[in-house]
Amino acid sequence: MAGFEISRRKVLAGSAFLLASTALRSIGWTQARKGGRLVVAADSEPRNLNPAIVASNGVFFVSSKVIEPLAEASFDGQGGLDPRLATSWEGSDDGLSVTFKLREGVTWHDGKPFTSADVAFSALSIWKPLQNLGRVVFKNLEAVETPDAHTAVFKFAEPTPLQLIKNALPALTSVVPKHVYEGTDIAANPANNAPIGTGPFKFAEHKAGEYYRLVRNDKYWREGEPQLDEIIYRVLPDRAAAAGALEADEIQLAAFSAVPLADLERISKVPGIKVIGDGYEALTYQLVVEINHRRKELADLKVRQAIAHAIDKDFVVKTIFLGHATPSTGPVPVNDKQFYSSDVPAYAFDVAKANALLDEAGYARGDNGNRFALKLLPAPYFSETKQFGDYLRQALAAVGIDAELVNNDSAAHQKAVYTDHAFDLAIAPPVFRGDPAISTTILVQSGIPDGVPFSNQGGYKNAELDALIAKAAETLDDKSRTGLYDQFQKIVVEDLPLINVAEWGFITVARDSVKNIANNPRWAVSNWADTYVET
Amino acid sequence: MKRAFALLRRRLIGSIPVLLIVVVGSFLLLEAAPGDAVDAYIVSVGGDAGMIEALRQSWGLHASPATRLAAYLWSLLHLDLGHSVALSRPVLEVVLERLPNTLLLMGSATALSFFLGTALGIVAGSRPGSFRDRFLSIGSLALYAVPGFWLALVLTIVFSVQLRWLPLSGMETIASGKTGFSRALDIARHLVLPVTSLGIIYLALYLRMMRAGMAEVWRMDFVVAARARGIARRRIVWRHVARNALLPLVTMLGLQSAAMLGGSVVIESVFSIPGLGRLAQEAVGARDTPLLIGIILVSAVLVILINLAVDLLYAVLDPRVGASEASA
Repeated sequence: MAGFEISRRKVLAGSAFLLASTALRSIGWTQARKGGRLVVAADSEPRNLNPAIVASNGVFFVSSKVIEPLAEASFDGQGGLDPRLATSWEGSDDGLSVTFKLREGVTWHDGKPFTSADVAFSALSIWKPLQNLGRVVFKNLEAVETPDAHTAVFKFAEPTPLQLIKNALPALTSVVPKHVYEGTDIAANPANNAPIGTGPFKFAEHKAGEYYRLVRNDKYWREGEPQLDEIIYRVLPDRAAAAGALEADEIQLAAFSAVPLADLERISKVPGIKVIGDGYEALTYQLVVEINHRRKELADLKVRQAIAHAIDKDFVVKTIFLGHATPSTGPVPVNDKQFYSSDVPAYAFDVAKANALLDEAGYARGDNGNRFALKLLPAPYFSETKQFGDYLRQALAAVGIDAELVNNDSAAHQKAVYTDHAFDLAIAPPVFRGDPAISTTILVQSGIPDGVPFSNQGGYKNAELDALIAKAAETLDDKSRTGLYDQFQKIVVEDLPLINVAEWGFITVARDSVKNIANNPRWAVSNWADTYVET
Repeated sequence: MKRAFALLRRRLIGSIPVLLIVVVGSFLLLEAAPGDAVDAYIVSVGGDAGMIEALRQSWGLHASPATRLAAYLWSLLHLDLGHSVALSRPVLEVVLERLPNTLLLMGSATALSFFLGTALGIVAGSRPGSFRDRFLSIGSLALYAVPGFWLALVLTIVFSVQLRWLPLSGMETIASGKTGFSRALDIARHLVLPVTSLGIIYLALYLRMMRAGMAEVWRMDFVVAARARGIARRRIVWRHVARNALLPLVTMLGLQSAAMLGGSVVIESVFSIPGLGRLAQEAVGARDTPLLIGIILVSAVLVILINLAVDLLYAVLDPRVGASEASA
């Protein structure tokens, strides 16, 4: 066994050298060789690396370099998109079909040609039935017609807005090879852990607990890309490790705030290291107080308003996020150009007003100064959600609400909040994914079964809001659809099914030698084809 | 030899109920923790109710705890450790992949703390109450009071980040293509800091035990007699005092091996070494019952084996041990 390992290692090293030498020959005369090996920090090892099934940032971080979507988000591209496997898209007037023209001359990493059959298979057999987000967005997808090898026509049973489909392209449309998955148990296919795609990098190996290794795809369809020879994801489970590894030059880049916010000021002064806040514009995380409306006190709007007034959002941004966040005004983040509306009520930080509202609601302070007690469950996924839990407890104490903090690990939190509803207030970090219909309306919509994470499990029901969400789902005109979401934001902030506190992107810390980073709004989860390490 | 076999037989029979208690106990504990493997998984991916139901079905979590425990014990009876739900791989394969790393780390650290601790203990114990003794005793106590992860972080900042003498983390250089001796050297370089931080803390334990043991032996009649006979001090220290004080240390070595397995969770995380401790921590987070029990079982077997070895060693060192059983 040991002998096999060693010879395999030799072979891999040898083949990497061969790759490097051919790369040198093909681009050597036009420009200085960029290339190089980029080592980045990874904090988790996803169980399933197939982004067509699991559309989550943890999976994309590694697999977006191997498997490509139809289009990627872009700062300056038309409609905020940069074409990848699709070159154009057009919707019919009745909203029942969308025609994609696909890129020609693209091959899979195993050498087979990429065709419209792959897109049709991915859409119908994976995105719609299996994907966590696709199950919602593609639920009305009936068929995908393939008139020729490079045209795919999506047929919907109900009118589906092109705006939604376009906004869903970067995250929801990772295309996987039909010839690898067809006729197999898709969820158990070995390619889920050793993905085969069309991207600029090929999956080379995963050593559990140690690293993932991706190598350059010489046959990538875009001329002159990728620049890097190799990307290594080093698994660094300890939060303090990433900063040290960057300083020791053992890794060159740490994305998704792997370097804790508290370390940023110090590390930004280290020569040769840069701190970058761009490249997460389309991956905005929201700090949200989830409310269990089954609780009599919390079903009262005045109490919810009082809680909103009791929270000092600026303090939260300054103290917990150390300035690397923005106070929220509502359920759509301020940085979203398409949908954000500022026409919503504001809840200024005002303890006196909060107290007055609670008095008005009939919850007078008792002998111990408390009006009532609550169970507060902060999500354990980020240190910021936990810290905000500590803050909220104090903020509520100031208005006479005694909040008992219940700290759980991920599995226990998931069960307590989303399945058992054993909470009064919870703190969640949902993601805004470029369109409210993808993962935002679900936070307030009624009729969602128990157990669905990041959804309305607080028992909130508002017929007006439900109707609005349903209408927006089938409104084809961009302008009127956006108008509906303006109304949606207004109602959510007025009625407070939940309280949006702050929104944040992440921070990338990198060595100065790493070039072309943070150049699109989903950079950390995009393909890194133009990134290189200067040597 | 007969004594040793009797001991071996008795220990092996005795370890079966121990292992059974370990398996059932950890199963129940994990069952009592809120949330199951699907809850833990769904957090990172999201998903709707149909998907959650389908996952529970396919991961075999829909059955009652009693049924699942019975099924697990039944497969265990066939020496099958089952399938990890979080990693979708056979448990035995995963555990065997990590075991060498932990054994290497733990073995080196135990050896370091045992030999260095004993040696320093002899230095301290050869003249109890001397300056040397005071210095070593207080110094070792100070090290023992330091939290392991903190020591590890300080060592990495000094030796990896600032001086850049040693690699910061990992088991070996990634995809370096090294083989044979140069690979062994590479691994050794990576292990210096984790072994030091793990070993240095337990060093105090052996040092103080050795010193205390020696201080006690010095007062015994046979030592006084030896001194009266004019035997050289060096000879008394080695042949009479240290040798007699060494026995409890061997017992400690056996007990300590279990603590080392647990202590390595922190060190494995700080140095990102893929070992059993980290795997166990991940298994708890993922509510991966088969994997966690697999790890605990392997660790339990390991601890039993080490203690068995210690007992055998004891029987060799001390003729009184096991004498009664051999005659029975």
